[in-house]
Amino acid sequence: MTAPQETAEPAGRTPDKTAASRVAVLLRARELGIVLALAALVVVTTAVNPRFLSAQSVRDLALGAAILVVLAVGQTVVVITRNIDLSVGSVLGLSAFATGSLLQAAPGTPVVLALLVGTLVGGLCGLVNGALVRFGNVPALVVTLGTLYVYRGVCFFWAGGQQINADELPPAFLGFGTATLLGVPWLLLIALAVVLVAGFALRSYRSGRELYAMGSNPRAAVLAGVPVGRRLLVAFTVSGALAGLAGVLFAARFGTVDAASGTGDELEVVAAVVVGGVAVFGGSGTVYGAAVGALLLTTIGSALPVLAIDQFWQGAIVGALILAAIGTDRAVAARVAARLRRREAHRG
Amino acid sequence: MSAETVPRLAVRTVTKSFGAVAAVRGVSLELRAGEVHALVGENGAGKSTVVAMLAGVHRPDSGTIELDGRPLRLDTPAAALAAGIAVIYQEPTLFPDLTVAENVVMGRQPTRSFGRVDRAAMNALAADLFDRLGVAIDPDRPARGLSIADQQIVEIAKALSLDARVIVMDEPTAALSPVEVRRLFAVARTLRDGGAALLFISHRFEEITALCQRVTVLRDGALVSSDPIGELTVDEMVRRMVGRPLSALFPKREVPTGDVLLSVEGLGRRGLFSGVSFEVRAGEIVALAGLVGAGRSEVVRAVFGVDPRDSGVVRVGGRELRAGDPRAAMAAGVALVPEDRRQQGLVLEASVARNATATRWRSLARFGLLLGGTERRAAREWTARLRTKYADLDDPVARLSGGNQQKVVLAKWLSTAPRVLIVDEPTRGIDVATKAEVHRLMSDLAADGVAVLMVSSELPEVLGMADRVLVMREGRLVAEIPRDRADEESVMRAATGQEVAA
Repeated sequence: MTAPQETAEPAGRTPDKTAASRVAVLLRARELGIVLALAALVVVTTAVNPRFLSAQSVRDLALGAAILVVLAVGQTVVVITRNIDLSVGSVLGLSAFATGSLLQAAPGTPVVLALLVGTLVGGLCGLVNGALVRFGNVPALVVTLGTLYVYRGVCFFWAGGQQINADELPPAFLGFGTATLLGVPWLLLIALAVVLVAGFALRSYRSGRELYAMGSNPRAAVLAGVPVGRRLLVAFTVSGALAGLAGVLFAARFGTVDAASGTGDELEVVAAVVVGGVAVFGGSGTVYGAAVGALLLTTIGSALPVLAIDQFWQGAIVGALILAAIGTDRAVAARVAARLRRREAHRG
Repeated sequence: MSAETVPRLAVRTVTKSFGAVAAVRGVSLELRAGEVHALVGENGAGKSTVVAMLAGVHRPDSGTIELDGRPLRLDTPAAALAAGIAVIYQEPTLFPDLTVAENVVMGRQPTRSFGRVDRAAMNALAADLFDRLGVAIDPDRPARGLSIADQQIVEIAKALSLDARVIVMDEPTAALSPVEVRRLFAVARTLRDGGAALLFISHRFEEITALCQRVTVLRDGALVSSDPIGELTVDEMVRRMVGRPLSALFPKREVPTGDVLLSVEGLGRRGLFSGVSFEVRAGEIVALAGLVGAGRSEVVRAVFGVDPRDSGVVRVGGRELRAGDPRAAMAAGVALVPEDRRQQGLVLEASVARNATATRWRSLARFGLLLGGTERRAAREWTARLRTKYADLDDPVARLSGGNQQKVVLAKWLSTAPRVLIVDEPTRGIDVATKAEVHRLMSDLAADGVAVLMVSSELPEVLGMADRVLVMREGRLVAEIPRDRADEESVMRAATGQEVAA
């Protein structure tokens, strides 16, 4: 085919390249902003109290962040598709209790198997969420709000007020909660692996790109032949499975599990994801951003006592961060829109 | 071409009903390779349903679709794409957050080892397609912010990447400027000469006669006729679409003009428009013409106060309007019928009654409660006056056809009894019979002493309806042409900046 001659005509197309790269810079600055905020927080806190960067303190921080990071990655996968999973806190609780019970009954169970069981329990919960959203045609917000209570209820029914204490769990499992490889806690390594694998899959695989497509424009995704229903099931299953994995990590780290484990975690996870630059309306954001968001929220939590700021301020600070994150999104969008508008106007 | 006996794509007596409504009844259609086939009909005639069946969105209740003589099942959009049928919609369906190249190849990305997406190959592929189409779009930029015309080019690139052999274009030109339409047509002809079969849907007859070889007319979901374009005059096409001879499309009445009702002085908004001044008198219809993107919609939005303004004064009946305050504008008797009825004019999920009375909830409410009775009465009165077709006042407005949706928007604003009526693209995407009704309505309003300001990209409408034509170019008012001197050439010259003197 030859290029039609009339098409060379419209002028004013050269700015495309620069506009696009400027957009890319702004977007990159988006994640950079969180990293900078994190760095500033660490520097200020360390200046006030150098012990903030002591080995013990850093390890505590890493262990705490690891669980939230794993949850945030799962949540990101769902949020990218313009959905939300509010049940992760309950799934974490259910998985932690299930794993705890298993280890209580069969203390010889290897750690790897415990991790697998917890992940499986979570994955099943996630699959139920996904199926309800897909076949029930109900918004994910409503479905997962419902299963938040259902899964928690199952957990309470099962536990019946009973608590699994550290002395009832095998030492090998508890040791795993604090064990390190070359000085790095296993929990952190697992979280890192989850981030890298999810980040790679979302960026470099067709199915990952299709998740972004679904969130960016659901109707267009259907018309483009994306298997929307199947991808939705997978996204929720991944989120559930990671919440299940986080449940096992939770049991290993704290050693004490009761039916209320992980209560309220869902909001902290959503906060981490939003602060990390994942758009609530889907289509954009990365697991790396979400992971840094989770790290930032955890760091705030442990920096406040060091800075002698009342714990009571933590909520307010997290809230301000969420608003700042959303504000930045809007500002970026408005600036991009304004520039495109000017360009269009010149083009006439 | 016509020697070929087996059509590329044949639609054979397909029928499709939604509930009790038969959208398409026994329609047949043959698309041949190397031919552009026009599909015309009023809104609600069943064109969109036919397109949806070809796209794999709806399945026909009965009848078959054949590709190269073999029956084809199109159960999903993926099946249609796999069969090489690509659909380009009036509102392109892109992923704004993803890059242009990803949009082109979504689901079919080139991969390298371990199934990873090969971004370099993907960008090269898209760049190659844009080269073939003769346009410069950066494959690596996000799709967000592309003009409608460029979005359509991306959709066409998508069709090319599929090696689509059947390309359906559903009103692709509705939002394009003349230059962009010419570019699109050049691309369409290239595709046709490359052996594709095209189905082209448009409400503009000059485009159909310029581009197409055959034309099929639908009315009320049924096939009326299918002829070579040369054997059908535009008048005959219109008659078959409407089913009756159409009264004048531009029922312009001579009305003595009265006082200045709307006066705009030095209106400006940074980056969009500046120094815009004009007046509209009672009984006058003033058209604001220009190319898409010249800033016309932005001006009327700033006049009404939906958008802020940086400078300038707007007076209605001599009294100054506060900037950025649409409530004050409404109180002063200004009404704005927006350009994009789906996004700005209607709450699509809400009922016809709710939408038709949305501007008057305050006056219709009793003790702050909006009770059904008064609302329904008011809605029934106005929808009847505009001859709106709907099944039930409680139906969501999304269920109405485009023309009837536009009538609901008009009803909503006319029921406020405005002194100044601003209409932005009042007849975009609506059929010829409804167009004539909207025009009649504007004439009637002007005769009743309303000052009408109309933004329109359709030159026949501008020339047929306006007492005066204001032309904008790149954010400035560049010409004011009285009715007797306004013709296609003078307006286009001013709009494109090729005029010497008005």
